[in-house]
Amino acid sequence: MLPADAPLVEARGLTRSYGPVRALRGVDLTLHAGEVLLVLGPNGAGKSTLLRSLAGLLRPEAGTVRIAGRMLSGDDPDARRPIGLLSHQSLLYDELTLFENLLFAARLYAVPDPRVRAEAALAAQGLQDRRDDRPRMLSRGMQQRAAIARALMHDPTVLLLDEPFTGLDAVAGDRLRTLLRDHQRGDRAMVIVTHHASEAWELATRVGILVGGRWALDAPRPDNLSAFDRTYQELARG
Amino acid sequence: MGEAIRLILVIAGKDLRLELRSRTSLLSAAVFAALVLLVFNFARDPTAVSTIDLAPSVLWVTVAFASVLAMNRAFTVEREHGAFDGLLLAPVPREVLYLGKYVANLAFVLVVEAIALPLFVLFFNLDLRHALPGLLLTMLLATMGFVAVGTIFSAMVVKTRFAELMLPVLLLPFMVPPLILAVKTTVPLFNGRPLSEVMDGLRFLAVYDVVFITLAVLLFSAVVDE
Repeated sequence: MLPADAPLVEARGLTRSYGPVRALRGVDLTLHAGEVLLVLGPNGAGKSTLLRSLAGLLRPEAGTVRIAGRMLSGDDPDARRPIGLLSHQSLLYDELTLFENLLFAARLYAVPDPRVRAEAALAAQGLQDRRDDRPRMLSRGMQQRAAIARALMHDPTVLLLDEPFTGLDAVAGDRLRTLLRDHQRGDRAMVIVTHHASEAWELATRVGILVGGRWALDAPRPDNLSAFDRTYQELARG
Repeated sequence: MGEAIRLILVIAGKDLRLELRSRTSLLSAAVFAALVLLVFNFARDPTAVSTIDLAPSVLWVTVAFASVLAMNRAFTVEREHGAFDGLLLAPVPREVLYLGKYVANLAFVLVVEAIALPLFVLFFNLDLRHALPGLLLTMLLATMGFVAVGTIFSAMVVKTRFAELMLPVLLLPFMVPPLILAVKTTVPLFNGRPLSEVMDGLRFLAVYDVVFITLAVLLFSAVVDE
């Protein structure tokens, strides 16, 4: 049982390179239950690398990640159970229908009543009429909604979202914000990587700016978005 | 244990469903097997080497190449839309993930063999009724071995640019021992010798299976975790 004051996400000294390019340079991150961290940064700042490292999909060259108190490693499958990930790719199989994709995900996570949950997840994204369609038959926005349904299928306590609003129209964007607001409770934490702070500003409790693989800023979310935008521009320019 | 078996079946079931939908790899492997048998059938000189002496080698060469073709699909289906990340992220032990992919590959290659074997009998005009139990056992044991190696190599090469080319280059050397054993076991069976005479070969095949399945299960995590 995780102590009440223990962080849900705890990363220490994350370092990762791609050849000569250092994507992360000793990044620390502590996220408690109830916190939503908005991560911003210019292209190549290390945002996606950070997210994949937090998900355990990238092994850092140095540093550790603990999720809900457990060290992430390939050898401990249960350490990955609390994580939900929305990445740049949908993680869906083109030859399976949307329903089959979600059912497969539900079964991987041993979700109770997987069929019911898969149907409910489709309905939550307004995709119930497309349940028997394959992902390639959907628009980019619909694919993104299906990917979100997959990420939320097992009701994760740590939700990692990489550009979740990409490809969504205004209505779908609002629907996603509502869904994430409903999902976020006092016992959960969320990391949202985005290029546009305004998209998830109201959801965030903290903002972080990554520049060159390091935190240039990690602070409680200020009230004034315009003032923050100016700060971001200055920091992103280095 | 029960949960591990459930997950193996979920993963294998997904792979088989994907293949049944597209049928691309199954069809191409089966057609490839048929073409290899056809070419051997017309290229051989029955006056130089008797059919019964040549047939075991032809059968195993066909099975080996068709299997490589079939196993190429194991992880390429996971490449689209980053689906493999979804598998790696799930609370599934890496060993179970490997075994799920292994069971799907095994079923898949056995189906290809089930298509190739009657064609082989047809093209070479052989009466294999007496040899069939021993031959099926040999095919099962040999296939279990090279699918074990093929599955892990397929995972290893999937992120490389020339995955389809890399797999046979890496896999074929590891297929040589079970292929030699399989041919040596098949020759006496085709010549009407009883199963008891080939038990040593079958035991060696079983040992190869145990060793390589165990090694692959243990090494899979190191192969897939970046």
